[in-house]
Amino acid sequence: MTQDTATTPTGPRADQHPLLSGSTSLRRRKAREWRLKVYGVAAIGLSLATLFVMIFTILRDGSQAFYQARLTFPLVVDAAIVDKEGARDPAAMAKVTTVGYQRLLAQAFLAHIETSGVPLGDVTEKEAGEMISRDAAGRLRKQVLSDPAIVGQTITVNAYATGRIDGYLKGRVTRASAERDSLVTPAQLDLADRLLQAGILSLGFNSGFLTDPDASDLRPESAGLGVAIIGSVYMMVLVAIFTVPVGVAASIYLEEFAPKNWLTDLIEVNISNLAAVPSIVFGILGLSIFINFMGLPQSSSLVGALVISLMTLPTIIIATRAAIRAVPPSIRDAALGIGASKMQIVFHHVLPLAMPGIMTGTILGLASALGETAPLLLIGMVAFVTTYPSGPLDGGIMDPATALPVQVYSWASRSDPAFIERSSGAIIVLLAFLLVMNVAAILLRRRFERRW
Amino acid sequence: MNVMTVVERDVSETRSKMDARGVQVWYGDKHALKDVDVAILDRTVTAFIGPSGCGKSTFLRCLNRMNDTVASARVMGKMTMDGQDIYDPRVDPVQLRAKVGMVFQKPNPFPKSIYDNVAYGPKIHGLARTKAELDEIVETALKKAALWNEVKDRLAAPGTGLSGGQQQRLCIARAIATSPEVLLMDEPCSALDPIATAQVEELIDELRAHFTVVIVTHSMQQAARVSQRTAFFHLGNLVEYGETGQIFTNPRDPRTEAYITGRIG
Repeated sequence: MTQDTATTPTGPRADQHPLLSGSTSLRRRKAREWRLKVYGVAAIGLSLATLFVMIFTILRDGSQAFYQARLTFPLVVDAAIVDKEGARDPAAMAKVTTVGYQRLLAQAFLAHIETSGVPLGDVTEKEAGEMISRDAAGRLRKQVLSDPAIVGQTITVNAYATGRIDGYLKGRVTRASAERDSLVTPAQLDLADRLLQAGILSLGFNSGFLTDPDASDLRPESAGLGVAIIGSVYMMVLVAIFTVPVGVAASIYLEEFAPKNWLTDLIEVNISNLAAVPSIVFGILGLSIFINFMGLPQSSSLVGALVISLMTLPTIIIATRAAIRAVPPSIRDAALGIGASKMQIVFHHVLPLAMPGIMTGTILGLASALGETAPLLLIGMVAFVTTYPSGPLDGGIMDPATALPVQVYSWASRSDPAFIERSSGAIIVLLAFLLVMNVAAILLRRRFERRW
Repeated sequence: MNVMTVVERDVSETRSKMDARGVQVWYGDKHALKDVDVAILDRTVTAFIGPSGCGKSTFLRCLNRMNDTVASARVMGKMTMDGQDIYDPRVDPVQLRAKVGMVFQKPNPFPKSIYDNVAYGPKIHGLARTKAELDEIVETALKKAALWNEVKDRLAAPGTGLSGGQQQRLCIARAIATSPEVLLMDEPCSALDPIATAQVEELIDELRAHFTVVIVTHSMQQAARVSQRTAFFHLGNLVEYGETGQIFTNPRDPRTEAYITGRIG
């Protein structure tokens, strides 16, 4: 006689609970479930908050880099200064250095202040002239040399104000900080207020931030990302050209053709290991092989691309192999069963089905490569480059260039606070690039995704 | 419980299409097939039955050398098709598979259009010189697979959008589009509902007019319904091979009898 047969006929068993009240163990289980849910929500909330703070800070600091204080005034291109011989001979005109143009700009600026009726106040004429960026003289000289016909004519100059005046308009520089500053006086800031009212000084969108090359510590206001963007674009294109064919070919071989033996196992383990090698190690490798041994030029996009290719290749191989492995074996069987050769199976069936995965993996690999800084420091891409690389077909990939993340690093390490603002601006540009690439990855995946 | 509706036997063909002599298969250390001798008759449906893991699918996959793709598999013994050794080093398995088509357990159409599914085989084997010829091959194959009327208006629709039974018939159409001589079917109805199963079984019977059909099945009723000859495999051995009616009504081996009456398996 078991207990079961004794209790079953006569009402509920002792270890059973009525449906409506529930048991303590059930309540404990529910509580555990609830706690787990709370932890999860808290974790996600924390990450979202961090992300939000990060994006907010970057946008707040960086967005100012896209605005720039400019001084607008008419200027007579005085032949007595820019072309003393009067022959409009470019060679003779080129002898006039930026110092001459600087004087020209200062005179025209002071004259315009006077005609506009803005009092100089405590500012000396020399100090007023120093409110114009040193960058302006170089630009004016270039403009005159490229078009000597404007000599003697009146042109409107739209010159950058110095970084301190720029910073004052953006709230970075205050009268208190100007007291201790050797580059700006509180009187200059007062003048800036008056110029702002007179419409001579204005804060406008700064397209030069995206197109100008880097600038020295003396004129942070004219530093731009032009060279870095070109360098990054060159590098990304080169990395794609180097890694995609090699990575896809290697993955196809390893997945579809290679025998499974200790050698392929070793290769597999090493690919995974390579993906985990710190990136700076690849920088050392690139320095010793590509620059010291092969003699390729330092700071060039080509060397940067080669180094980053080495880093990205394992990532792309791993992503591609996963995509190939995700193609159901039944498709391979089907093709094999009607007499397709190995090649035909791979190119007619496996690759088209794996394509969305391969492309997503590749673009994400390239996106992470875009943000890579450490190896580029070692091959000299942190250099101060003020000349644009030539076109890609004119050997531009061998010219010195920088890259966006390296530009962020080098600006962040400069002393002038104006560069910190630009550093954040460069991060925004870098993030925009990454966003575009990730969106492209998603769109490509959507476009090519097929059900099976 | 087992209702054995034994169909009218019509084994007029006596010519052997494929011959296996002393076939042994190892997967690594596992001896999967032991000394199998089978003669598969031309234009006949031959069924392989037996419990799971008995080697019947393994043997089927030897007939078109699909086992070549399994790295650990070793096949020994002699297998011929029309008297020619199919494991001769000069024989290209790709060529063999064009002659020995295969239909799988799960319908596996390519994620392409219905037309492209059927046209793929003829295309890679160069069976059609013009588009018109290819159209004709596709139409014939779909008609033979009893699918033409259902899909003729939507040949450009994806093959994966068909129902399970239609997908399996599409796979059969794809296999017969390369005009094979032998058609291997590995449990073709195991993923289908009874109605689709009945359609495919009917189709198999019709295919017998043009092809030699070898079918692996778990359902003894199905073997009894569609086949003329049946082979019973058990633990890697070919236990008994003969006319379907004789196997199901008067088995010679006690193991066969035990299996078809449901005592082992």
